[in-house]
Amino acid sequence: MSKNPEFVKFDKVDKSYDGKVLVVKDLQLDIAEGEFITMLGPSGSGKTTCLMMLAGFETPTHGEILLDGNIISNIPPHKRGIGMVFQNYALFPHMTVYENLAFPLRVRKVEKDEIDKKVDKALSMVSLNGFETRMPAQLSGGQQQRVAVARALVFDPAVVLMDEPLGALDKNLRESMQYEIKHIHESIGVTVVYVTHDQSEALTMSNRIAVFNDGKVQQLSDPAELYEKPVNSFVAEFIGENNTFNGEVVDIAKDKCKVKLANSEILANPISVKSKGEKTTVSLRPERALINPTDKMDNMFTGKIEEVIYHGDHTRVRLNLLGSSEFILKVPNSTSNLELKVSQDINIGWDSTDARALDPK
Amino acid sequence: MSSETKQILTTDGIPLEVSLKKAEKKNKIKAFLLVAPLLLFLIITYVFPIGEMFSRSIDDKMITNMLPKTFKEMEKWDGQELPPEEVFTAFYYDFKVLVEKQEHGKLGQRLNKEKNGFNSITKKLFRQVKRNKIDESISIKEQIMKVHKRWRDVEYWQAIKRTAPPYTMAKYLKGMDMYYAADGSITQVEEDRRIHRILWLRTLEIAFFVTLFCFLMGYPIAHLLATLPMKYSNLLMICVLLPFWTSLLVRTASWMILLQQQGVVNDFFVMIGLVADDNRPEMMYNKVGTYVAMTQILLPFMVLPLYSVMKTISPSLMRAGKSLGGTPFVAFWKVYFPLTIPGIGAGCLLVFILAIGYYITPALVGGASGTLISNQIAFHMKQTLDWSFASAMGLMLLSGVLVIYWIYNKLVGVDNIKLG
Repeated sequence: MSKNPEFVKFDKVDKSYDGKVLVVKDLQLDIAEGEFITMLGPSGSGKTTCLMMLAGFETPTHGEILLDGNIISNIPPHKRGIGMVFQNYALFPHMTVYENLAFPLRVRKVEKDEIDKKVDKALSMVSLNGFETRMPAQLSGGQQQRVAVARALVFDPAVVLMDEPLGALDKNLRESMQYEIKHIHESIGVTVVYVTHDQSEALTMSNRIAVFNDGKVQQLSDPAELYEKPVNSFVAEFIGENNTFNGEVVDIAKDKCKVKLANSEILANPISVKSKGEKTTVSLRPERALINPTDKMDNMFTGKIEEVIYHGDHTRVRLNLLGSSEFILKVPNSTSNLELKVSQDINIGWDSTDARALDPK
Repeated sequence: MSSETKQILTTDGIPLEVSLKKAEKKNKIKAFLLVAPLLLFLIITYVFPIGEMFSRSIDDKMITNMLPKTFKEMEKWDGQELPPEEVFTAFYYDFKVLVEKQEHGKLGQRLNKEKNGFNSITKKLFRQVKRNKIDESISIKEQIMKVHKRWRDVEYWQAIKRTAPPYTMAKYLKGMDMYYAADGSITQVEEDRRIHRILWLRTLEIAFFVTLFCFLMGYPIAHLLATLPMKYSNLLMICVLLPFWTSLLVRTASWMILLQQQGVVNDFFVMIGLVADDNRPEMMYNKVGTYVAMTQILLPFMVLPLYSVMKTISPSLMRAGKSLGGTPFVAFWKVYFPLTIPGIGAGCLLVFILAIGYYITPALVGGASGTLISNQIAFHMKQTLDWSFASAMGLMLLSGVLVIYWIYNKLVGVDNIKLG
């Protein structure tokens, strides 16, 4: 079975609520069949609006949304056959778990024993067998969440939308639910469009992540690439931690450039700079800078420790380096025998390929 | 609790339960003192008047006190044939006391209510007694029987015997168009005189339809209020509440201006050619007027509970219903509507109970065919001064409301009511 790489297609979609501000600008996004795609972004970045347009609760101001090749902009929500998990679950409080799950089947006039079978299957998928007669209010947050997921899947929709479904759960439960949803996705192969503002959630669960900001997709790629190779300084800043240097390109070659900072120069990997004289923000992941570099690294500096924060599995060290006192270093605690102390001077080094010269902030 | 459970002691060695009770006692007293004024107020203004009303409605002690000797002798009489000499004698002496106190007229009126014709024969007897025409040394029975032929009729003596108990249900029977027949059985009045039953039915009918109209109009308004953005919903809320801030009398009066035959609404109908000028419909002093005015006045009582319930229903529930494949109607009917039932219950109960006892509006715009039982109660309070009958009908109304409340509780459940 060949998978359709353009199963869901946003084609030049604009959305404005008030006719003055575009909350979604010229969105071009293809989602493959069976893919788990996450729309990630700060609040107000337009990601939820995209989801609502796909579900049919909002209409695009311009452009078309296609589902399996068909334009769906004029199809009302109840005819789209898209499952949705809402932020606060939106379980029907006056119906039992069974009735909640049977609702989408009953409105589709499915036979009674077929309903029983499907509800049973959906409940076992989220390991909630035996909860059929409970009311939603009698369930814990995590259980309600599972019921909501089961209800969105019970009628075998082609696409399931999830709007920050784990936002109301506590940290541990959220993490275990992330794996559970990921496993459900893997086992039934449904296309999932997931919205969150939690980057670690996005990195854990998705096949691909679309980072939204200011109504636009900033980068669309798989989690590893997104983290390792952010294409602009917003993505670098938003995903994971990040040390930045603002400066000006003074020399540029094919895979290296020299960036002049306030009172020193560093070597970096030119990503979005093309020529000399351009302003740039160089981004470096904290774990890519090493203390006392043994290999020959092409950036080597000495910094003064300002603060040491113990985090259990690692220690965060804040340094005064190259004129900035915000340089963060992540040191795995197996090497904590280094005995880092405040106001100690240490040698720091990193590879110029890890220092990405991006657009200026 | 199992016997093995150890009694938990506080650090001072006092059992925990005892010290908890001690600690809570203070709070309980405080709480009681806080509600005490209200409790007192309720007893004075609610419990006591209703008790008073009840005792007045069944009270029949006046005549019991007027004819003490008679009733004592009558206990021995079987009530089949004319009473024996002793009853007549006792009645004569009771009557003589009343004549001295000039209360014989009251007796005549009271007995006349029991059986027509008593008024004139007590007056006749009074004249005989006044002129000392009755010779106490010979048979009093013979002399009284000679005063008027009705004194020889056993039915009149039976009527007197019926008034003996100090309490009577007669007022309640009257409220249901029934009475005690001569033989003491409960009988219905003739069909063309059953006015109260018509009034009760009309009250129920009007209350029911007013509730229905309020529901039909209030539901969409409440929904709009709950879903509109704040700046519009506030304005709409003011429109809903505006009638609340206007005097009831002013509102009713303005309905009179609108609905009368030469009124604004009729003028408008004539203007657009809906009705002929010489054939203006009567919209007031009948049921139409009562329906229109009462629905408008009671509408906020329906809208507010509905609104407060709808406000709590998350809009994502309707969305969920639609995204799961329900048409907008199905999503409304299966998801939204069931969640508003507590509000519907509260609103309907409130409007119905208010409507069933409504007084001023039907009195002003109802006319003859649009008045309710409460108008009848007021009529007896102010015009006939038959307070015990008014009390009896008031209590019947109250128990009717309680019965409705009970049925409602069985059907919907009072726990399902939500006022806010």
